[in-house]
Amino acid sequence: MQYTNPANPFIRFDIAVTMHNISGMLLTANYLVFLFGTITTPNGRFYKLTLKGLIPRLIKQFTYYTFGIFKHEPVPFPVTKDSKFNPLQQFTYVAAMFVLVPIVIITGWALLYPEVVLTKFISGSGLRVNDFIHVIIGFFVSFFMFVHIYFCTIGATFVSNFKSMITGFHESH
Amino acid sequence: MQYLMAVMLIILTSVSIKAQTDKKAENAKYNEKCLKCHGQSKYKYTNSETGSDVTKRMYIETIINRSQFAESNHKSFKCTDCHSEDYDTFPHPGRLRMEIKYACIDCHGGDEKYAKFKFEKIETEFQASVHSTKHSEDFNCWMCHNPHTYKINARSDEKIKDIVAYDNAICLNCHADITKYQMLTDKVNPNIIQKHQWLPNQALHFKNVRCIECHARTNDSILVAHNIQPKAKAVRRCVECHSTNSRLMETLYKYKVREGRSKAGFYNGVIMNEGYVIGANRNYYLGLISIIMFCCVAAGILIHASLRIIKRKK
Repeated sequence: MQYTNPANPFIRFDIAVTMHNISGMLLTANYLVFLFGTITTPNGRFYKLTLKGLIPRLIKQFTYYTFGIFKHEPVPFPVTKDSKFNPLQQFTYVAAMFVLVPIVIITGWALLYPEVVLTKFISGSGLRVNDFIHVIIGFFVSFFMFVHIYFCTIGATFVSNFKSMITGFHESH
Repeated sequence: MQYLMAVMLIILTSVSIKAQTDKKAENAKYNEKCLKCHGQSKYKYTNSETGSDVTKRMYIETIINRSQFAESNHKSFKCTDCHSEDYDTFPHPGRLRMEIKYACIDCHGGDEKYAKFKFEKIETEFQASVHSTKHSEDFNCWMCHNPHTYKINARSDEKIKDIVAYDNAICLNCHADITKYQMLTDKVNPNIIQKHQWLPNQALHFKNVRCIECHARTNDSILVAHNIQPKAKAVRRCVECHSTNSRLMETLYKYKVREGRSKAGFYNGVIMNEGYVIGANRNYYLGLISIIMFCCVAAGILIHASLRIIKRKK
């Protein structure tokens, strides 16, 4: 929809819109399941960010991903029963799941029912501002998704992190 | 000398404006003779046989709304500029029923003053439209443009939404009224809501675009398309409007397109001022940055993955 062009239709516009609408609804349903699980089960504790010393921990993990991983260094923050995510993971997950995705969902529903959104927002069209936020945040969520899927392949074996998603058990290096 | 000329010009302009205003007032006064009966829903007369006063209902088609007429394009006209002087008497002579009515082109055709409206081209377009080809002489300009109320709005600074509402009301005047629709055909008027069920956000489309956006063939030389197409040729591809090269730029927003398409800013700034059309309102830089960033992410993943494979082999 962002790159639509009648001369070069990658995908038919009405199909793209319908797919987008259905995906948005499924994402909302999925997000509600996630939110319910996070609130009602102990799984939520993994998302509690400790701000103290956060930046050095983020740098340490980032350094591992950029250099250490190629030297087969040990992981700086091994997965334990109380710490499922490394600092970088935790930070990006919190940002994605509690900031970016909710914004995409709210602005997306506003675009699905445009008549309920304020027609005028500040000096411009409410829809325009809404759309702008939806598109920009949508890009970031997409970047996150690509990196997220790629990082799934850096477990003990190529598929071990994918297995963890289903079984819930992490396989150490 | 210059001062004298300026004063003379002001005097001449004032005289000209005054003459026009006087003529309009004089015509309005003259028209009151007709509007005394035709300006309301009932009329009174004295029966010359019995001498009694009679009150009758005015036939709805012959009622002229005073305020609408006062705002219309033909507001400065005398009724008898277009109708016979013989209407002066009551009861009106029966032969006046056969009076031939003017079409737009009869007055506006070949007139330099109206050249910019291109009435001749409009006439040609109309002749090619389904309205004309299906109904021939029975369908005339007045079916859509009531000469007593019609006012120009596409060539104005009116809000797009008001233009849309005004123009769509013209179509719905027949297409949503079985009595008027069946003046020309025995067919049952199709239910517009049901026929357009496929259209996403139907109510929003109806409020924000005119029927002719999809149902008339665009024409570069006239402002408002008059060549109404058969239903099979109506626009159904969303991208015709929902893309940067939006069809709406050649139709609904044609008059207001002054800003042009600015590559640096939002596409179709004119549309953005008054509406929001998914796909047609896009930011060039945002699209570009997103593609660059997607490429960077892909390159990052590719380099990282390649290095991992190389290091693993070692």
